[in-house]
Amino acid sequence: MIDIKENACDFCGVCVSVCPPDCIEVRESSIIIDNDICIDCDLCVYICPIEVLSSS
Amino acid sequence: MKDQYDLVVIGGGPGGCMSALHAAKNGISVCLLEKTRDIGYPVRCGEAIGEMGVGQFFKPKESWIATRIKKCRIIAPNGTKLKISFKKEHGYILNRRIFDYDLSLMASNEGAEIHTKSYVKSIEKINELYHIHFDHLGDSKVIKSKIVVGADGVDSRIGRWAGIRTQFKMKDIESCVQYSVGNIDIDINRMDMYVGKKHAPGGYLWVFPKGEGFANIGIGVSGKYSKEKSAKKYLDEFIEKNYPTATIHTNMCGGVPCAKPLSKPIADSLMLVGDAAHFVNPITGGGIAAAMKSGMFAGQVASEAIQAEDTSEEFLQKYISLCKKDFVNRHNKIYRVKETIQKLTDEEMNYIADKINQLPPHKITLAKIFTTAILKKPSMIIDVMKMFAGF
Repeated sequence: MIDIKENACDFCGVCVSVCPPDCIEVRESSIIIDNDICIDCDLCVYICPIEVLSSS
Repeated sequence: MKDQYDLVVIGGGPGGCMSALHAAKNGISVCLLEKTRDIGYPVRCGEAIGEMGVGQFFKPKESWIATRIKKCRIIAPNGTKLKISFKKEHGYILNRRIFDYDLSLMASNEGAEIHTKSYVKSIEKINELYHIHFDHLGDSKVIKSKIVVGADGVDSRIGRWAGIRTQFKMKDIESCVQYSVGNIDIDINRMDMYVGKKHAPGGYLWVFPKGEGFANIGIGVSGKYSKEKSAKKYLDEFIEKNYPTATIHTNMCGGVPCAKPLSKPIADSLMLVGDAAHFVNPITGGGIAAAMKSGMFAGQVASEAIQAEDTSEEFLQKYISLCKKDFVNRHNKIYRVKETIQKLTDEEMNYIADKINQLPPHKITLAKIFTTAILKKPSMIIDVMKMFAGF
């Protein structure tokens, strides 16, 4: 499960670019992670340049 | 908006705009969909490009150019500064906001339709046509197209939906943050690049001047190392130490590919261009020129495919050949050099910088830096030779 600090997110999409199961959708000003598909690899947490994502 | 087009381009950056421009110029119907409200904004880019990167396509407009870069400094982990003057070719720091906007105007002048606030949710191929499902200003819409160009950037999903694996390995992507910074003292004709694990592990930190007293200051940290400490932390520490008076006017972040170009950025009736196809110089992270070039090729090949009534993967192979000959082969060689550079320790980088600084200033060139680096890492010889032979 990935927690999102949504007010801090820049919606840059770098998390999408590394997500193996492609479970993240980033739009102009929204981010949704489909936890049913997420494999808890945490790559999105590690790549986020501004520490918006964390795993729980 | 029509129900059907010859070509739908997804993404309105330089790659997408060039695809639309060249396809429309060659007489096919084109619709470009951009997810944000503006073409050209937000800018997620350091905005540096060589003169010829732009000049090979257009005579640059003054409004596109923020500053002209005539020299650079590469700063080693121990602070040693290598000063290089660009003799053959100068560089630009662009105003991407204006540049991208103008490219989209050029495309529309050729007859391409442009729609912003259009987020593509899915694409599906039914018989010979792609059905493109997107949200446009809150309404769900579908248009059909004979060909799709995915110009949807580093976070491209268009390719994935067509069966192309576009995800990056962590070592092949840079985690980046950039600030537009004011109230600093800089030389407007010089760019600075800070290298080494101390400054930016597996990447570099840049200071690109945008005008008197302000600059793009950004950093790329390799995904291989970004888990340990975020790009933002490195950048904040750097600015606090080196530019304590700086005011931050824009925060932005993003990913920059430093990967091998995708070997097959096509499928039946679909081509990927620019960052979506991993077409970025893997050492510098510069991707504007390759995006424009691949965009142009994709637009041209799309129009040929429509005229030949053959949009098969086999026909679109021509797009791959054009890119290979132009820059993909070179990017593959640069990738190998990048892998070796990433293995250099800070001590080795300091050694190289100090050695080079013993040379008279006019002898300090990028080529010299690489050849000195070879003395430290002999395995680099072949890769560097190949890289320079390819230029």
